[in-house]
Amino acid sequence: MKDTDHETRGEALLSALDNSGDACPIRPNYAVFRKFADWLATFLLCSSMIFVTVVLCAILFFLAAKGGGALSWEFVTEPPRNGMTEGGIITPIVGTLQLIFVSMCFAFPVGVVTAVYFNEYARGGTLKKSLRLAMRSLASIPSVVLGLFGLAFFCTFLRFGTSLLSAGLTLGCMVLPTIVTASETALANVPQDYRDAAYALGATEWQTIYGVVLPSAFPGIITGGILSVGRVAGETAPIMFTGAVFFAPGFARGVFDSVMALPYHVYVLATAGTNIEKTTPLQYGTILVLLAVVLGISMVGMAARSRLRKDVL
Amino acid sequence: MSKEKLVIESLSLTYSKGAPLALKEVALGIEENSLMAFIGPSGCGKSTFLRCLNRMNDFVRGVEITGRVLLDGRDIYAPDVDVTQLRRRVGMVFQRPNPFPFSIRENVAYGPKLLGERDKGRLGEIVERSLRNSGLWEEVKDRLNAQASSLSGGQQQRLCIARAIAVEPEVLLMDEPTSALDPMATARIEELARELKKYYTVVIVTHNMQQAARVSDHTAFFLMGELVEHGPTTKIFTTPRDKRTEDYITGRFG
Repeated sequence: MKDTDHETRGEALLSALDNSGDACPIRPNYAVFRKFADWLATFLLCSSMIFVTVVLCAILFFLAAKGGGALSWEFVTEPPRNGMTEGGIITPIVGTLQLIFVSMCFAFPVGVVTAVYFNEYARGGTLKKSLRLAMRSLASIPSVVLGLFGLAFFCTFLRFGTSLLSAGLTLGCMVLPTIVTASETALANVPQDYRDAAYALGATEWQTIYGVVLPSAFPGIITGGILSVGRVAGETAPIMFTGAVFFAPGFARGVFDSVMALPYHVYVLATAGTNIEKTTPLQYGTILVLLAVVLGISMVGMAARSRLRKDVL
Repeated sequence: MSKEKLVIESLSLTYSKGAPLALKEVALGIEENSLMAFIGPSGCGKSTFLRCLNRMNDFVRGVEITGRVLLDGRDIYAPDVDVTQLRRRVGMVFQRPNPFPFSIRENVAYGPKLLGERDKGRLGEIVERSLRNSGLWEEVKDRLNAQASSLSGGQQQRLCIARAIAVEPEVLLMDEPTSALDPMATARIEELARELKKYYTVVIVTHNMQQAARVSDHTAFFLMGELVEHGPTTKIFTTPRDKRTEDYITGRFG
């Protein structure tokens, strides 16, 4: 009985194989359609890529044409003179670097620790959900609102004044969600296998996170840092009330001094200048320098990341 | 009869309250310095059971375990047991080779470092000894700083064994250690398992009956959460007492 069952099933299988050619014929029209769809997809993808590249190149070309003439050694090594119509921009360059430093000193550790909490410790309760919602909402707050918050909280309430510290902390708040989200993704991508292996060797939860999970996730965490540096360097609204000034006679010597910053300097040159013909090239030159600063820091970050990848993976 | 290293008394496990038992009243003794194999079809509970022996199931939420697991006569589920200490004594090798994304040296040194060993010289000795005992030393001695991921699958698994034995456990649990490996690498791991039982009590889960027959001293056959039969491997494979064991080892199902 059993054997006959087997045979019938076997024959059915064989005949199914035989007929497979006829059972699923490809209709000629359909073949043409498939080719067309394939071509269309390729076309759309390529044209999007070309569009993005063209826009980017157009911006860069425009900036280089307008501001290239302003660039010189003096421009990046000397402070502004004569009501910003002459001299260089070393003061805002240093100011922006200081702002990046202060904001990262605050946002990077806090962001990574928050991500570790979300990903490793928090159980899927209401608390975790609401905290995460709050974190996501922070990302969508307009930067000018953050600037006003910084003014009210850091400058006034905590009495930090309009200072490097206030502005840096405000910028830090702005990029916290970026760092948290990038770090969380990186941590979630660490294979469970690594954790199992560490636990099986007798590691505690913290030893596992510190010794295995964080090092494995670090390249991804750095990506979040790189993105943040770009935003910190470029934003104007959060710093214009909290720490950036129109003009400073020298560099900030402590965290309670106010600073000049590149994006705010651009804003000043574009709107508050008394001598537009003289300041317009300087304004575009400043933008070019700002781009170069962001690009430079990103490249350092990427180099660090690829070294870590080599070490880690 | 030699001393029993592990004694399991009526161990039952469920993955959530009210769900059917994944392990039903399992009772088993595992002899010291012997190699025991757990066999059975997929989903029979053999891996679940193995993970009870070093409390790796503690991480599974909702899991409930009753019964006792005695390691040298002490219940590892007693409230005063330090789980990390237990896992140091009962090491584990996983189904898929899972070296850390560090160098070969760092992988082996990880366990001893957890235990507070900081001395470079002693760490070096431990690394060499562990790699020698896992049969990997000759292949990697010139590139200890290379990434573990640059090794082949079989080498990675032997590295994981070296990592596990670097903390000098008393029991070594292996959860289908060769299922992701080719026949050559499998043969090396089997040879190694036979070697390791001189120093450790080895338990190996396998879905490969030939492997169980080749390497083990004792075999336990699991089916649907039940320990159907256990005994000396030769006996299980030649004169099984239970009809279900016979059906399984003769290939009627599984």
